[in-house]
Amino acid sequence: MATKATIAGQRDERVAQIGFFRNLFRQPEVGAVIGAVVVWAFFAIVTPDNWVSVTGVARILDSSSTLGIMAVAVALLMIGGEFDLSAGVMTGTTALITGMISTQLGWSIWLTMLVALAFALIVGYLNGVMVVKTGLPSFIITLATFFILRGANVGVTRLVVNQVRVAGIDKVPGFEAARLLFNTEFQILGAEFRTVTIWWIILTVIASWILLRTRYGNWIYATGGDANAARSQGVPSQWVKIALFMTTATAAWLVGTMNDLRLRSAVASQGIGNEFIFIIAAVIGGCLLTGGYGSAIGASMGALIFGMVRVGITFAGWDTDWFYAFLGVMLLVSVLVNDFTRKRAEAVTVAGAKAKTEEKEAA
Amino acid sequence: MTEPILAVRKISKLFGSVIALSDVSAEVYPGQVTCLLGDNGAGKSTLIKILAGVHQQTDGDFFFEGKRVKFNSPREALARGIATVYQDLAMVPLMPIWRNFFLGAEPEKGRGLFRRYDIEFAKRTVREELGRMGIDIRDPDQPVGTMSGGERQSVAIARAVYFGAKVLILDEPTAALGVKQAGTVLKYIARAAARDLGVIFITHNPHHAYPVGDRFIILKRGRTRGIWNKDEITREEMIRSMSGADEMEALTHELDEVTRRRETNKLADSEAGS
Ligand SMILES: Nc1ncnc2c1ncn2[C@@H]1O[C@H](COP(=O)(O)OP(=O)(O)OP(=O)(O)O)[C@@H](O)[C@H]1O
Ligand SMILES: [Mg+2]
Repeated sequence: MATKATIAGQRDERVAQIGFFRNLFRQPEVGAVIGAVVVWAFFAIVTPDNWVSVTGVARILDSSSTLGIMAVAVALLMIGGEFDLSAGVMTGTTALITGMISTQLGWSIWLTMLVALAFALIVGYLNGVMVVKTGLPSFIITLATFFILRGANVGVTRLVVNQVRVAGIDKVPGFEAARLLFNTEFQILGAEFRTVTIWWIILTVIASWILLRTRYGNWIYATGGDANAARSQGVPSQWVKIALFMTTATAAWLVGTMNDLRLRSAVASQGIGNEFIFIIAAVIGGCLLTGGYGSAIGASMGALIFGMVRVGITFAGWDTDWFYAFLGVMLLVSVLVNDFTRKRAEAVTVAGAKAKTEEKEAA
Repeated sequence: MTEPILAVRKISKLFGSVIALSDVSAEVYPGQVTCLLGDNGAGKSTLIKILAGVHQQTDGDFFFEGKRVKFNSPREALARGIATVYQDLAMVPLMPIWRNFFLGAEPEKGRGLFRRYDIEFAKRTVREELGRMGIDIRDPDQPVGTMSGGERQSVAIARAVYFGAKVLILDEPTAALGVKQAGTVLKYIARAAARDLGVIFITHNPHHAYPVGDRFIILKRGRTRGIWNKDEITREEMIRSMSGADEMEALTHELDEVTRRRETNKLADSEAGS
């Protein structure tokens, strides 16, 4: 018995040594991290002047932060096996609710933020319930939600303020304090950073913690990987999905609020079209479209790549139309890289398993 | 002999007008492998689904640990210690072994906001538990999807044993496996029984049943065809009573005929080609 244990112990040590690269490549975010480095280096060569500076970093982070917050929430949902096409327009809806109620009724912005949050949670809940109860693809259900909100955003705003823009949000009670918390600027080494970035980093850490270190994370991966298997092991898959839809809606609320506080106004068209950018960032970050695989850090890396491309093209003085061409290339490359790394991780393990069996046979 | 851990008396099950089971009686003893054999549609799955709480019998009695019971859901049966490993195994291919092993019953440590999955415990336990079943996993982080079918079956069995199953039901665990992998799974079935579980092993294959089985129950068209202890029946007798000797002979003839015709065709083809 004792000898057996020692032999097993020795084996484990050897595994730990050869397993380092395999484990590295098994992380879903590896492709995105490499991609981020490559894109950064690319612009560092093309347009080194401003790029390689604190200001450059500040600009990139500013451009990535709200997108990053959304990408992380969307990644959680995608790992859970679903999509939310209403996530982009929801940032506009919540911004409009907060902006309109507080400017029209003179309520404290804190109170109207709660109203908008309640609305977002209800819509997220309904999205989730409809998806799990009907079994229809979330693509269709949330596409419907997307159209409803998109139409209502313009319609209601016109009815209430007679135009498609809500202005003067900075005159409502509580604005300055809220701005301080959610979206104010601060200086580091002479460059202007924003509190949004801090939110983004904290939320990425929390999401990673939940995914990798709690039972709920286990449930999310299992629900997206195989909902039937998860359910038969006692995982409340339906509730997991509903909670994830409520999470993306909550993230959209947070971003909508942040935009109100930054721009001091809200427009009815805000957020439309962004839903695909969130999904693309998550996919660049290693999420599988089929669910059950991905990471929060990867999604944040995907958002960072976006920010870098956006800022880099401006710095280089190129036409912004190139942004989408660049994006398409990034998406294609990252999907191929992710596919490759995943298959590689699996191939290595299968080879290992085979070697083990042969070893046993020989003995 | 000890008391049976599980017994059914004159159980019947109707699905509408379909009689899936009629008057079936059987016992399962702890520390034994009870094999359930029979043709397609004989009622094997129906019987174990009653035991597992998926179906309820139309008629007859079901005793567990000496008491009459009726389970309304698989959860109730599982809570009492009747675990079922179905063919789909209830495992998530992209997730590592250790995450699959504890899926739905994750060990935790810490308090409040810092309550977290006890990953170290999970990995260690998986390694130990699989080790006790004689499964040597090199790396608990390996995704289950990259394991062989036999290894996956073995992990599912080890999981049921670890979570305190008293009765372990296996529905055709060797059906999709090659000879060697099937052998591996049979070994773990025997080990589970050695840990004093009552194992119910469903199979079509008498060559898989005979080596590990202690008792054999053969069903035919929803009825008990016979129950034997191992010392009461030889492998050949068992094969014969499973298939019915005449049917088997007829089949052999038919197959011979087909083979002969194919060879004639091939001959004709090669002649035409040359
Ligand atoms: N839910 C159901 N509704 C109606 N009939 C059913 C149902 N489940 C099983 N049956 C019928 O009951 C009979 C027994 O089926 P069962 O699945 O128990 O057979 P089996 O022995 O497991 O066969 P196999 O070896 O093919 O798995 C079959 O005739 C089947 O069609
Ligand atoms: Mg069956």
